[in-house]
Amino acid sequence: MLSIALKMLFRDKAKYFGIIMGVTLASMVITQQGAIFIGLMSRTFAPITDMGNPDIWVMDSKVQFIDDTKPLQDTALFRVRGVEGVAWAAPLYKGFIRARMADGQFQNCTVVGLEDATLTGGPPLMLAGRLEDLRQADAVIVDAIGASTRLAKPPLQPGGAPRPLVVGDTMELNDKRGVVVGISQNTRSFQSQPTVYTTYSRATTYAPRERKLLTFILVNAQPGEDLQELCNRISRVSGLAAYTRDQFKWKTVTYFIENTGIPINFGIAVTLGFVIGTVITGFMFYSFTVDNLRYFGTLKAMGATDRVLLSMIMLQSLVVGGIGYGLGVGLASFFGYMSRHTALAFRLPWQLLFASASAVLIICLLSAMLSIRKVITLEPAIVFKG
Amino acid sequence: MSTAPSTPAPTVKPSGSPVAIRCRAVTKTYGAGQSAVRALRGVDLDVHQGELMMLVGPSGCGKTTLISVIAGVLDRDGGECVVLGDDFATMRPNDVTRFRARNVGFVFQSFNLIPTLSIAENVAVPLLINGVPRAQAVSRAKDMLALVGLGDRVNDVPNRLSGGQQQRVAISRGLVHHPRLLVCDEPTSALDHATGQRVMELLRGVALDRDLSLVVVTHDARIFEFADRIAEMDDGRIERITTGQGHRVAESIHGGARGVNGK
Repeated sequence: MLSIALKMLFRDKAKYFGIIMGVTLASMVITQQGAIFIGLMSRTFAPITDMGNPDIWVMDSKVQFIDDTKPLQDTALFRVRGVEGVAWAAPLYKGFIRARMADGQFQNCTVVGLEDATLTGGPPLMLAGRLEDLRQADAVIVDAIGASTRLAKPPLQPGGAPRPLVVGDTMELNDKRGVVVGISQNTRSFQSQPTVYTTYSRATTYAPRERKLLTFILVNAQPGEDLQELCNRISRVSGLAAYTRDQFKWKTVTYFIENTGIPINFGIAVTLGFVIGTVITGFMFYSFTVDNLRYFGTLKAMGATDRVLLSMIMLQSLVVGGIGYGLGVGLASFFGYMSRHTALAFRLPWQLLFASASAVLIICLLSAMLSIRKVITLEPAIVFKG
Repeated sequence: MSTAPSTPAPTVKPSGSPVAIRCRAVTKTYGAGQSAVRALRGVDLDVHQGELMMLVGPSGCGKTTLISVIAGVLDRDGGECVVLGDDFATMRPNDVTRFRARNVGFVFQSFNLIPTLSIAENVAVPLLINGVPRAQAVSRAKDMLALVGLGDRVNDVPNRLSGGQQQRVAISRGLVHHPRLLVCDEPTSALDHATGQRVMELLRGVALDRDLSLVVVTHDARIFEFADRIAEMDDGRIERITTGQGHRVAESIHGGARGVNGK
């Protein structure tokens, strides 16, 4: 009987494609908008992702997210280094500094100052130059996107394309000279400013004069150390906040979720996709069932049990759900693939695929429930009414 | 209308074959209160094995309600109705459904063939409902279609067939699982006279060949000649039962004039 159910579905092409379209639309919108939302949220903690070394981030207890800098006293570094279980601790400067370009324009940059000795917290990948070159006089490393866009040099001829910064070029950071010694590849971050790496001591000379300049302390635990235990110990000893890398990422994401309208905007888009998909799918599927009500009644009269009819409708619903889900996710993935070289944030983890599949399953079940109710309550005697 | 003298409801067919359907004082009311409609007001009827019984009468007289009760697709309110030895009132709904699947075949006025299935698949449906594997069910359906002269159209969809051919498909579907009772609702009302005659010849021949009971609801006086007996209904009751010429027609059919292959 299940093969009969599938043939009834597949051969009613207009309804079949209508139902598929509804599920595909819902699946695509939910997956695509969800992937952009996750992509955006992932960018909020991109600097944490790029700094793979430290197990623990130590900061002022009032810090709410990665770009919320509340400087610490330099002595905090020594207190943290003295905590039992800490293998090493390195200072990190992170702040916004204005750069003056060759054409006289100004551009705000995120300047990251790495510990002079170890250069801990450097970029994940160098496209040109070496991280060690930061030890040269006035050396800076610029991220590739910033170098080719906001920090790019003016075109040689009017109307020409801007020229990317390359190794050897110079720039001014807060009236101090910076020489580009490397180009790095960074994960795109939520902030649009270019990222400029230099040493910690040089960064403090670029930064506007403040009493405290130490932004974060990057900590690596001794082998076998329980990270949560160590965080608690650091907090107890130093009076500072200490988070594991994942905890700090989640704290950053939570800040953006709670303090920006981003989740609401994407939530509305996802909800609309779900509602519109449910309405289209539900209507088309119900319409398909009503069109076939006489035949369901005939099957019922001929001895098909409610269980058999329910199985037929559920199978029809799940098949269109599966096909629509596949098409929707495929289209969303294609969209993500096509936009991979753009600034669009798009991330499609398996959890989102699962969530999208669950949403489609709910749509199918809701649609099927309407139809099942109609068929189960159908009097088989209807078949004798001309 | 009648072709023989009126008789009271007999308890046995003249040939002496056993009773397949026994209805006594069957009542059925639709709705309640002032809007209630008493569709059956105490129907007594026997149908014998191998008999073709026609139910005739004006619209709204209760024919369809009675055939629905007999087929087990509608619950009666009162009285007794034993079909092939079983009383649906004492059975669970699922058992009634299974009973229908095994024992009852249906032929409908508007055929009720599923338009998206081939005619072989349509005919295979009762077998599939009874759990016959798909390949075997379709094979048996094709054999059945060959019997009614549609062996070369098994892969066509119903809409490509004429009305007479569609009704032959419907008859094949009603018979493919070897039911003991075939109920037909206005089987010729959508067909022209000649086609209707051929469809009735087919039904008549099958009834004799398989010794099953046929209950046919009809308005079509041109096919009364195929009935063994004709029950005339009015206002929810059987007014009289007359003997038809079905046995003579059957002899004629078996004499070589079955003629079921035309449209």
